[in-house]
Amino acid sequence: MSNNSGNGKYKIIGTRPIRHDGTEKVIGKAIYGADVRLSGMLHGQVLRSPHAHARIKSIDTSKAEALEGVRAVVTSDDLPKTNEDDMIDLGEGMTRLKYIRDNILASDKVLYRGHAVVGVAANNQQIADEALSLIEVEYEVLPPVVTVLDAMKDDAPLLHDTLTTDELGEQTDKKSNIAAHLQHKLGDPEKGFKDADIVIEHEFHTATVHQGYIEPHNGTAVWNPDGQLTIWTSTQGAFVVQKQAAAVLDHPISKVKVVPTEIGGGFGGKIPIYLEPVAALLSRKTGHPVKLLMTRAGVFEGTGPTPGSYVRLKLGADKSGKLVAGDCYLAFEAGAYPGSPMFCGCMCVFACYEIPNAIVNGYDVVVNKPKSAPYRAPGSTQVAFAIETMLDEIAEKLGMDAFEIRLLNAAKEGTRRVDDLVYPRIGCVETMEAGKASDHYNTPLEGPYRGRGVATGYWFNIGFKSCVTASVNEDGTVNLMEGSTDIGGSRTSIAMQFAEVLALPVEDVNPRVGDTGEIGYNDVTGGSRTTYATGYAAYNAAQDVKEQMIERAANHWELKADDVEFADEVFKNKKDSSKQLTFKELAKIASADDSPVIGKGSVNLGFNIGGSFATNIVDVEVDPETGKVTILRFTAIQDAGKAIHPSYVEGQMQGGSVQGIGWALNEEYFYNADGKMENSTFLDYRIPTALDIPMIETIIVEVPNPSHPYGVRGVGEANIAPPPAAITNAIYNALGVRFRELPMRPDRIIAALAAKREAEPLEAVAGS
Amino acid sequence: MQKLTNGTSVVMVEGKTVREVIDNLDKKYPGTKNRLCENDRIRPNFAVAVNSEIIATGLRQQVDPDSEVHFLPAVSGG
Repeated sequence: MSNNSGNGKYKIIGTRPIRHDGTEKVIGKAIYGADVRLSGMLHGQVLRSPHAHARIKSIDTSKAEALEGVRAVVTSDDLPKTNEDDMIDLGEGMTRLKYIRDNILASDKVLYRGHAVVGVAANNQQIADEALSLIEVEYEVLPPVVTVLDAMKDDAPLLHDTLTTDELGEQTDKKSNIAAHLQHKLGDPEKGFKDADIVIEHEFHTATVHQGYIEPHNGTAVWNPDGQLTIWTSTQGAFVVQKQAAAVLDHPISKVKVVPTEIGGGFGGKIPIYLEPVAALLSRKTGHPVKLLMTRAGVFEGTGPTPGSYVRLKLGADKSGKLVAGDCYLAFEAGAYPGSPMFCGCMCVFACYEIPNAIVNGYDVVVNKPKSAPYRAPGSTQVAFAIETMLDEIAEKLGMDAFEIRLLNAAKEGTRRVDDLVYPRIGCVETMEAGKASDHYNTPLEGPYRGRGVATGYWFNIGFKSCVTASVNEDGTVNLMEGSTDIGGSRTSIAMQFAEVLALPVEDVNPRVGDTGEIGYNDVTGGSRTTYATGYAAYNAAQDVKEQMIERAANHWELKADDVEFADEVFKNKKDSSKQLTFKELAKIASADDSPVIGKGSVNLGFNIGGSFATNIVDVEVDPETGKVTILRFTAIQDAGKAIHPSYVEGQMQGGSVQGIGWALNEEYFYNADGKMENSTFLDYRIPTALDIPMIETIIVEVPNPSHPYGVRGVGEANIAPPPAAITNAIYNALGVRFRELPMRPDRIIAALAAKREAEPLEAVAGS
Repeated sequence: MQKLTNGTSVVMVEGKTVREVIDNLDKKYPGTKNRLCENDRIRPNFAVAVNSEIIATGLRQQVDPDSEVHFLPAVSGG
């Protein structure tokens, strides 16, 4: 494992302490959503639509309600009534309230197989499951549309009776499955292409892919007679659950408390809510706590994956390999309701390169699949697949090295992007240079059917709101309360940033994730923001504690605060150099003679587009008989700004890489002609396991983020963007076949090899 | 937005805050403020960038005489 990260000027930052929550998790004592058990608790289940598209004509729950042990049944009739045009801001843009409520429990139509229709609470899980079979729903089955290009056709079945296209920010009257069209333009693309020496254009398709978190969604609710609602759930943002649940239930937000449990993976998929309002309604009806757990099929069919996509990309370059023009058309499947990460795809497609003339048109399109949800660098992986493979094609035509062409075009400080924003200091060039200089890239790869590929990807660094509080204990330890749910070791990373200011051993800082009643508002753990923004809040809280401790020391020495300083890890009496106190000594004195020390830090950060860049080098071997692709060696390089806990940074890089390998080779929602997913188990939906991949080698690059006191850049997401493109380039170098459709399944590889043998062109093409 | 500005993508307006910039933009190109703001706030589906940093302080964000202000779709992550 290569590690370019070190301590440098820091005492705590850059070290690799044992995570605070490690023991509880290793010995199985950590409390996850499924572990919640309350006195008198009932168990629930949700009936889901068997159809991809149908109108609900009637729902008869009488037989289920008559079953012994069934305590309550809820449908969309139990949700507050919604006007068609009611809009709500849930922190991610204005959304129709009807869409949100209908995704919780369908009202007039079901829009995907797995759409929730009825919730049941019973004395035990078995009775709840049995009750579902007694519910009679009469459907008028409608034709489904499950691919983005089909859904965009003029004669496509319409999912929504009232959806019209937002055309470049203006509402049109045209009823359509196209929810929105966006455009960015820079320079003069037409002239750029006219002046180019090389112009290539291709079409790309990516599949619908699930985040694949191991822990299914869950929700337990208690609705007390006084209207106080408490929800326990596995989420990436307790405050967002609070906000969404209050809106869906039309209940005062102050009456909703959300307790985030430990989380067994999220990757963006645990930002939306699904079960929580259903559990709440069932609890209100029964007067008992109600717990709902999703099945794996429920997770696949009823929760948001990343969208499948269609991308058409045209690139122009001069003879030196310099990109002079780009034109991207992309269409993303939003799922059943508008809101795909098309916007992000538009901003990411040209993000790694300096292209003076570029245009991108993006389309957000509804299809009969679950409403898409964020998934690690949403939208970036889809577009990286296109541009990074086409860049390799240009390099090949010009006889250039994979890194040579990337470094020639790499974005840097001052580069103006297609969205017209200008980069601050970024580490794009540095990650590419680290790749070029790596042992991996400089080790020859030999043998038949073997190839090496390179690719780069990008993701933003979102800021938003975070806060923490810190209470100093009499023994000099600190209880650090934060509101960012911990999906990747952030508790310790945040504690380390706090500890650094006060030179405390990180073991003396006890981080805890609070519920919505215990800590101030925090935005979701997502957008590569938590170590950056909540870490910033912890830094501010530590500064606050330091100032208060200086006051306590001054009180103790009967001085003014100006006569005390914190230096060399101790509080010093500036009037008498023989007097100094360690943090622990002062904490003990202050706890006896002074008021408690409680620090706080609160931030509302913009997000800087500087973000993080990731580069991959991958070696593959393809079995021409079976079409199986074996990853021989994989190196992930990423700019962390400053790696607070290098092991966690490496873990993020490895995790994102493995997920990207899954996108490349195996993972896809497989739909039949009726729009039904046919692989909604982990047996058939194949995510990579430890047996499928080698150890992912990591190289951490550190180009400090000028917007953070320690230079942190969020590292959770950019790492998933380059793997599919890098693997595609490696397969091309192994077989001479370019793939433009994901995943590159064995059958597709076999078919492409057969086509190549038959046609023997210089370059056979699989996909479009 | 360019329909409101007669197809122009870059315009020069004065202002010491984002609020003043939008007010002056609206004077030059009526309807701009309504497109960007609702209830005296930036609409949640828009992001505002000042000197290429997408800001979190909304209309009160200060701008310099030579600042670039961009209006973009809001972005969130996973």
